[in-house]
Amino acid sequence: MSTLLEVSGVSVSFDGFKAINNLSFEIGPAELRAIIGPNGAGKTTFMDIVTGKTRPDEGDVLWGEMSRSLLKMNESQIAQAGIGRKFQRPTVFEDQSVFDNLLMALKKDRAPWKVLFYRETAEDRARVGELAEEIGLADQIGRKAGELSHGQKQWLEIGMLLAQEPRLLLVDEPAAGMTLAEREHTTDLLKQAARTRAVIVVEHDMEFVRRLDCRVTVLHEGSVLAEGSLDFVTKNQQVIDVYLGR
Amino acid sequence: MRQSFVAKNPSVLVFLACLGLFTLGVSVLSEGMGIGLISTSFVKTLGKTLCLCLVAIAMDLVWGYAGILSLGHFAFFGLGGYMIGMWLMYARTEGIVAASLSNAEIPPTPDELRSAIANQIFGVVGSSDFPAIWVFAHSLPLQMALVVLVPGLLALVFGWLAFRSRVTGVYLSILTQAMTLALALYLFQNDSGLRGNNGLSGLQNIPGAEGVPQSVISVWFLWASAAALGLGYVIAAFVVSGKFGSVIRGIRDDEARVRFLGYSVEGYKLFVFTLTAVIAGIAGALYYPQAGIINPKEIAPIASIYLAVWVAIGGRGRLYGAVIGAALVSLLSTWFTGGRVPDLPLGFYTISWVDWWQVLLGLSFVLVTLFAPKGIGGLFDLVAGRRAPDRHGADLGPDPGALREKEAER
Repeated sequence: MSTLLEVSGVSVSFDGFKAINNLSFEIGPAELRAIIGPNGAGKTTFMDIVTGKTRPDEGDVLWGEMSRSLLKMNESQIAQAGIGRKFQRPTVFEDQSVFDNLLMALKKDRAPWKVLFYRETAEDRARVGELAEEIGLADQIGRKAGELSHGQKQWLEIGMLLAQEPRLLLVDEPAAGMTLAEREHTTDLLKQAARTRAVIVVEHDMEFVRRLDCRVTVLHEGSVLAEGSLDFVTKNQQVIDVYLGR
Repeated sequence: MRQSFVAKNPSVLVFLACLGLFTLGVSVLSEGMGIGLISTSFVKTLGKTLCLCLVAIAMDLVWGYAGILSLGHFAFFGLGGYMIGMWLMYARTEGIVAASLSNAEIPPTPDELRSAIANQIFGVVGSSDFPAIWVFAHSLPLQMALVVLVPGLLALVFGWLAFRSRVTGVYLSILTQAMTLALALYLFQNDSGLRGNNGLSGLQNIPGAEGVPQSVISVWFLWASAAALGLGYVIAAFVVSGKFGSVIRGIRDDEARVRFLGYSVEGYKLFVFTLTAVIAGIAGALYYPQAGIINPKEIAPIASIYLAVWVAIGGRGRLYGAVIGAALVSLLSTWFTGGRVPDLPLGFYTISWVDWWQVLLGLSFVLVTLFAPKGIGGLFDLVAGRRAPDRHGADLGPDPGALREKEAER
């Protein structure tokens, strides 16, 4: 299987503290992967590096069939290249309707001039409707995003990610603050998405990870501790020490 | 769901209708064209107010919609005024000099004429040569182009440097203040080429229209200002109504999120900043011929701060709010500082409004910010039902995205 994203030998330190230490990681074009690890393991920093928010001190991040280095691109260029990111806290544009939120995320030309003269077509509206259906917000499409419940905002954000049609989705703690039913819906959304693209889920909650039923990468002190199925990594003595030894 | 531009922006038609009626009404009541109920100087004040409304729309675009609190937009306004002022002064002085030299026995050569004009304009700052920046001053079309180009280019370069280094928030505001202060200080110098603190004067005399009384010219400028304001309003409404408006409001609310959606935030900010600088320049070019004089004091930092105050009081994030704020506050300011408001005797102290107006303005700014963050424009929500999302109840934490009291109960 070819790789979509290859992170090799990446290190980054903040004021002497090594947040990421010689981390290597790869993921294929249609794969669901969970990243777990205790607090401070470098999960969020890892996402920051991939999305261009943080520049690593050393190492390389290669993307796609052409193995382009992501380190020379800025956040918006990386997003346009096909990496979508969902933050831990649901960040939707609260003052705008669900429709506008999705429309903004829809994969279209992002240049200011093109956007200024953009007029929505029937096709675009249909696509937004489809997405709203998929995330279960079809009834709420005209409402302002700020009026949605916490779980609905999370879905809206996932919907916005899907609208971007990314090849790789980075999802940070999607289940935080969700009810059981909402979690199930979220799991379905992510599994569905992973059929056609790569999805990396960062999660604390073992139960949620178990439900995702995918390969798991355990991070600890900025590098990979173990990788494999959830049952495999939870039997690993080092993982047990890291998780239970604290 | 698809709606036409007007259907999406009902305020545009209402605004244009109000503006048209206002202009018509003032014309009919003016001395120059109508029955003479409104004095020429007040027609000029109204015309100037329309220009201030236009620059307020620019400020609302850049601050209310894109979230960039620029405290330097009066620099662009002033530059627009200077650019048109250069032609007005040159052309008028040329007429006067040519008339006085025409009596000479030998007709003057073009060089003699030019140096006589320079002497006339720059004698006041002890110079008799045209500075390099006056090279286009003889040509109205070229100076009109500069009205757009000079503020536009300054904004483009300044914005590119500032936005590229990701300067945001209060630091950007300070930077824009520094820009307008630096420009004002530079122009105060006699060798800046724009007559130092004397500024450019006599701008109310329009070359080629010597026979037309000021009462008529004032109405012409009122029309021109109204037309520019109407056009500016439509353009601004167009910019903010579609997806572009969505993106810039997104930048205002969460810049990083927009970036991760793949939009180049810097490009959008630069676009809005430059566009509004151009609008401000055009507004200035219409304002100063009505004011008659422009000097570096006009672009002092305080002017741009006033601009922000107008927009805040009127209600940012909606175009008509900016217009209402600018019109109301600047007219009230004219009224209060004009000394025509009766003093308020308190027995132990008499409040003279010329001095106390600023205190009143400052106080109302604080009150609006605290108690009516949507400004005067927020009053329209009472009828229109446009409101911020109702989150029902108090924040339950841990962060703003979390459930709120009532949401959690449902």
